[in-house]
Amino acid sequence: MTALMRGMVDQMIEDGIDALPGYVQVHHPDYRDDPNIENSLSPPGPRLLEALGSPPAEAWARRVKVPAMVSSERNNRGVTLLGVDPQPEIALGFDPASIVAGRFLESPSDQGLVVGRKLLERLETDLGKRVVIMSQGPDNTIADRGFRIVGVFEGKLSAQEENLVYAAIGTTQELLGMDEQISEIAITGGDYRDVNVLHDQVKRAAGDRLEVLSWTELDTYLGLMLGVMDGFVLVWVIVIFLALSFGLVNTLMMAVFERVREFGLMQALGMKPASILYQVLLEAIMLLTLGLLLGNALAVMSILPIRDGIDLSVVAEGIEMMGASSMLYPALKAKDLLMANAVVIVLGILTSLLPAWRASRYRPVEAIAKT
Amino acid sequence: MAEIKCVDLCKTYQQGDAIIKALDHVTLQIEQGAFICLSGPSGSGKTTLLNMIGGLDALDSGEISIDGERVDLLEKGALADLRLHHIGFVFQSYNLIPVLSARENVEFVMQVQGVSAAERRNKSMAILEEVGLEGMEERRPSQLSGGQQQRVAVARAIVSQPKLVLADEPTANLDSVSAKHLMELFVELNQNHRVTFLISTHDERVMRYARRLVRMRDGKVVSDEVQISN
Repeated sequence: MTALMRGMVDQMIEDGIDALPGYVQVHHPDYRDDPNIENSLSPPGPRLLEALGSPPAEAWARRVKVPAMVSSERNNRGVTLLGVDPQPEIALGFDPASIVAGRFLESPSDQGLVVGRKLLERLETDLGKRVVIMSQGPDNTIADRGFRIVGVFEGKLSAQEENLVYAAIGTTQELLGMDEQISEIAITGGDYRDVNVLHDQVKRAAGDRLEVLSWTELDTYLGLMLGVMDGFVLVWVIVIFLALSFGLVNTLMMAVFERVREFGLMQALGMKPASILYQVLLEAIMLLTLGLLLGNALAVMSILPIRDGIDLSVVAEGIEMMGASSMLYPALKAKDLLMANAVVIVLGILTSLLPAWRASRYRPVEAIAKT
Repeated sequence: MAEIKCVDLCKTYQQGDAIIKALDHVTLQIEQGAFICLSGPSGSGKTTLLNMIGGLDALDSGEISIDGERVDLLEKGALADLRLHHIGFVFQSYNLIPVLSARENVEFVMQVQGVSAAERRNKSMAILEEVGLEGMEERRPSQLSGGQQQRVAVARAIVSQPKLVLADEPTANLDSVSAKHLMELFVELNQNHRVTFLISTHDERVMRYARRLVRMRDGKVVSDEVQISN
């Protein structure tokens, strides 16, 4: 259960990061409030380039990202125009396999346009046809240009398919009159859960005049999900175990009551009450360990048949509203397994204390007399 | 170890509305190396007296000291230590641990004492042979007769050579040959190793081995005689 929930949240986060994209982004300080070309930044200088080329940074891409209007002969839609350098964009996370018709952009000066499948439907146009992109140019002029649709992509989230259009960065800069200016630099590398190292490295190189944000700051909902999920797993394990602990206490109490005579005899023969307490605790720990071994094996075995994912496409729209895709991949993490095991051991020992204490408090002569 | 002084011991039990005086102002002095039989009818207080001396139960009043140390004032852990290192018990109803074999039952006390596995095994095999249970070492109590279980209990009590053995009807389930053999073993331990024996019994044959015979009735000592025929 935890693995499925963890898998869903991981996927939501990973899809969310793919949509950003990157673990860290560099912007003009005012860009996020007003994403127009006025709030653009210069291409990275030598210092920033060095940071972008050093681990944990693995890939980075310059991007132009502005609001725009796309018009076909039948319809028009507000979209986000992405001017990208194709190869770095692929390295950053764009999956060429998501192109379901036509091709992706081939060079920074490619004249084509790649749109999402749903947008294509909304515009009531088709691959190979021309559309007009219109956005705000320098000095508040209107910048527009006709593009031929050269590719159609399928996004993990329907919002991506409907809202994003990809054009080559050089072509976009030319359209918007931005020269070499860009809207953002997106960077990936390392573990997205431990993004601080990458963030700090880029932040130091970018200086104070640029805004450097990690994915947890760029999408606070996603960042919160990660924290909430960790807390949720702990609470979930504790709640489940507390319910089960009644069974454990009951089993141990019964085991103690059935062996009252034996414990009395052990004391009569010279075993200290503390040793009896330790013995019962040890038995409880052995019981817990055996249970955990079996439980862990069962957990792994139950995950194996569904490791290739569960197809939830019948409820895809509802799931996508939460930001998750229609394939649910379970994620059985060592951290979750260890935490569950630790919670069970700690709470198990705590709940064993009462039966163990009872066993150690019998008076030998009374305990031996019990039948 | 082990000179025992019991002074004015009192113990009452409640059974329903009735209060039973198990020990009624019992005073007794047992010198080191004594071989004493406690006799008397059922309910006379023999077992209660053994339990009190062994620290298995608490007194209502009175004092018990072993080699000058007040047993009645010791806390549970110290009492357990005293029993572990200095006292061997033979209980009326054997009281073997059912899940352990005869050998493991005999080894139990030594195991708690921290004796090495090899030494435990050697000693337990030797003592089981001595009480006539050779070849039955790995049997569980349920696979042994009452007499055989009693012999395992005796072996467990004496295997670590305690200074004091408290035996409650040790021959109750033994045939006369086994009983004689056991009593000769007790006498040998008493004479050669100065082990003090305090044995409660109804058995006249056992009483004949005692150098001192203490008779009890209704929780009181009614006679305390030295026997010179041992």
